[in-house]
Amino acid sequence: MSDSYRSNLYLPDMATIQEVIEETQNIKTFRVTLNNPDAMRSFRFEPGQVGQLSVFGVGESTFVINSPPSRMDYLQFSVMRVGELTERLHKLRPGDQIGVRAPLGNCFPYKAMKGKDIVFVGGGIGMAPLRTLLLYMLDNREDYGKITLLYGARSPSDMAFSYELPDWLGRPDMTTELTVDNGAPGWERHIGLIPNVLKEMAPSSKDAFAVTCGPPIMIRFTIEALHSLGFEDDRIITTLEKRMKCGVGICGRCNIGTKYVCKDGPVFTNAQLRRQPNEM
Amino acid sequence: MVMPTARYIAHDKLMPWLLGLAEGRRVLAPVREGGKTLFLPLREDSRLDLRGLADDSAKAALLPRCEPLLEFHYAKTAGVPSRTTLEVREILPGQETFLFGVRPCDARGFTVFDRVYDAGTRRDIYYCSRRDKTLVAAIACADPAETCFCNRVGGDPGGSDGADLLFTPVEGGFTVEAVTERGGAFLREQALEEADGKAEEAREVREAVRRAMPEGPSLDGAPDEVLRLFDDGAFWESVAAKCLSCGVCSYLCPTCYCFNMTDESNGNDGVRVRTWDNCMSFQFTLEGSGHNPRNGKAQRMRNRIGHKFSYYPKLHDGNLACVGCGRCIANCPASMDVRAIVIQARSRVLDKEEYANE
Ligand SMILES: Cc1cc2nc3c(=O)[nH]c(=O)nc-3n(C[C@H](O)[C@H](O)[C@H](O)COP(=O)(O)OP(=O)(O)OC[C@H]3O[C@@H](n4cnc5c(N)ncnc54)[C@H](O)[C@@H]3O)c2cc1C
Ligand code: FES
Repeated sequence: MSDSYRSNLYLPDMATIQEVIEETQNIKTFRVTLNNPDAMRSFRFEPGQVGQLSVFGVGESTFVINSPPSRMDYLQFSVMRVGELTERLHKLRPGDQIGVRAPLGNCFPYKAMKGKDIVFVGGGIGMAPLRTLLLYMLDNREDYGKITLLYGARSPSDMAFSYELPDWLGRPDMTTELTVDNGAPGWERHIGLIPNVLKEMAPSSKDAFAVTCGPPIMIRFTIEALHSLGFEDDRIITTLEKRMKCGVGICGRCNIGTKYVCKDGPVFTNAQLRRQPNEM
Repeated sequence: MVMPTARYIAHDKLMPWLLGLAEGRRVLAPVREGGKTLFLPLREDSRLDLRGLADDSAKAALLPRCEPLLEFHYAKTAGVPSRTTLEVREILPGQETFLFGVRPCDARGFTVFDRVYDAGTRRDIYYCSRRDKTLVAAIACADPAETCFCNRVGGDPGGSDGADLLFTPVEGGFTVEAVTERGGAFLREQALEEADGKAEEAREVREAVRRAMPEGPSLDGAPDEVLRLFDDGAFWESVAAKCLSCGVCSYLCPTCYCFNMTDESNGNDGVRVRTWDNCMSFQFTLEGSGHNPRNGKAQRMRNRIGHKFSYYPKLHDGNLACVGCGRCIANCPASMDVRAIVIQARSRVLDKEEYANE
């Protein structure tokens, strides 16, 4: 990873938005390609790595590359509208120019996970980082054991990737459960908080890894639920969010103790996090 | 390379020599202006002030308070008015600089920066090109202030870490010694007289200031204490109670290197700038969702102390991210004292352990 650092750490590659997908009322997905065809062709990343997207004149923010490295026609980012930059990104259309600094950070330990059962637990926009790993595993299906996904959102209309859900629900080679906090007419899946549904589903922790991402409070209770199901801390993987600027471990704002989320993360096992001071 | 022998420059020759250097490059030196002593470009009418530590650290020479990183320009595409093109260019710094008159603590502060900004394959070219183009000339201290404590954080008032040249005050002027190869190459080209016996006098001056430093327990070796106190909310609340979160400590600190990046635009043109940031500010870690992992000043203080005395040393061979210049102590509007906080943290841990062992 370290040798892929660019010579000017802060100079983004120019990129073009190819497609915009309206996922929910506050999440949009952007499919982008780098303008330099050589850069696009030689672009390599691993599932879980992130990019800094620039809207020049507004700034930069961090988003996970949620398309898998096994599908390189474009890089996909899903963006929840929460503030200044994300607001401006949501106004962009196909053809518009943005800057991309990627890949940054570490990745999921997808090699160490080979041969194991995988339990994905995603909440809200936290589904984005799981998607890259899930699709990568589905593209390399024979390398992994049982795949289980629990995806939760506030309400049915807050579920991103709705166009993919029928496939995930219907596939014989994975088990998918969906849950919402608040139901709506026509909703036939679970209603309830993610950690509670997870405990009902009770996936086996034997020879299994759990991967979870979502709001801090959801992660906390999901980890408790995973413990009660017998998952050890070094088999619970999560990906963290911290406010970032440089993305390369210099500007000094994203640390938890000695670890910089931008450079040493965003992916950590719960065992690694427990060795750091508790500052979520 | 064999280092050139020590040279000597008399007080009355110093200013003309520096002004001569300023013809081919920028010379930054501690200059009296507006009631303060600051590192400013030296001019003929400048009042050089070498009495002691400058009010400001010299870090702006390598990491300016505000520097443009990139410039961008939006333009309409000819013929397709609905389309805009975008050009982005890097703005690389290029000025040769002679940084004169930093004290050993400030020069050592640059080594704290170097480990972060020049880390193998991860090189910040803005910092590194300034560092490469800047010759650092330190002056050994002769008269430490009450707030000085470089000797308690692994430093030396006569030391030369981070500098290319070391000046030492002697009778009638300064001796000049090369510390690095490029300092040596520079010195060889200067028409300065040989120091001869004055080199010995300089050594004695440095020995004398080492003995004159205010004494106190070392602040090294606190990494684990600070960590063990992490969850002791009451301790951090009490330590941070007086703090106003004003940030003067970080802005004046020769080792605080955190920055922010923001875009400034004017019509179709703009620049991405980086500016010094301050970890004591609420916004430093505030996330878009409203969540803030360091919501209170106690948590921010814990990270500030933790970074300087625990996290940084753990990552960088035990080197603290504090060089003992004492500016944060001398300038804090609430009279916070970083030395006292580290000592308190240590005795708090000892007390707890004794209590637990009883
Ligand atoms: C490793 C990582 C991966 C992420 N992946 C995604 C993703 O795939 N999809 C998604 O929607 N969001 C993701 N986020 C969160 C996203 O970066 C923030 O929501 C976004 O930066 C908010 O920017 P803003 O300007 O709209 O918000 P404002 O509140 O206006 O933010 C101002 C500035 O604060 C910073 N900032 C604020 N919140 C965050 C935050 N949570 N994380 C980092 N910086 C922040 C940004 O630099 C931003 O420019 C991720 C964050 C991290 C750290
Ligand atoms: S974002 Fe700058 S250090 Fe992590």
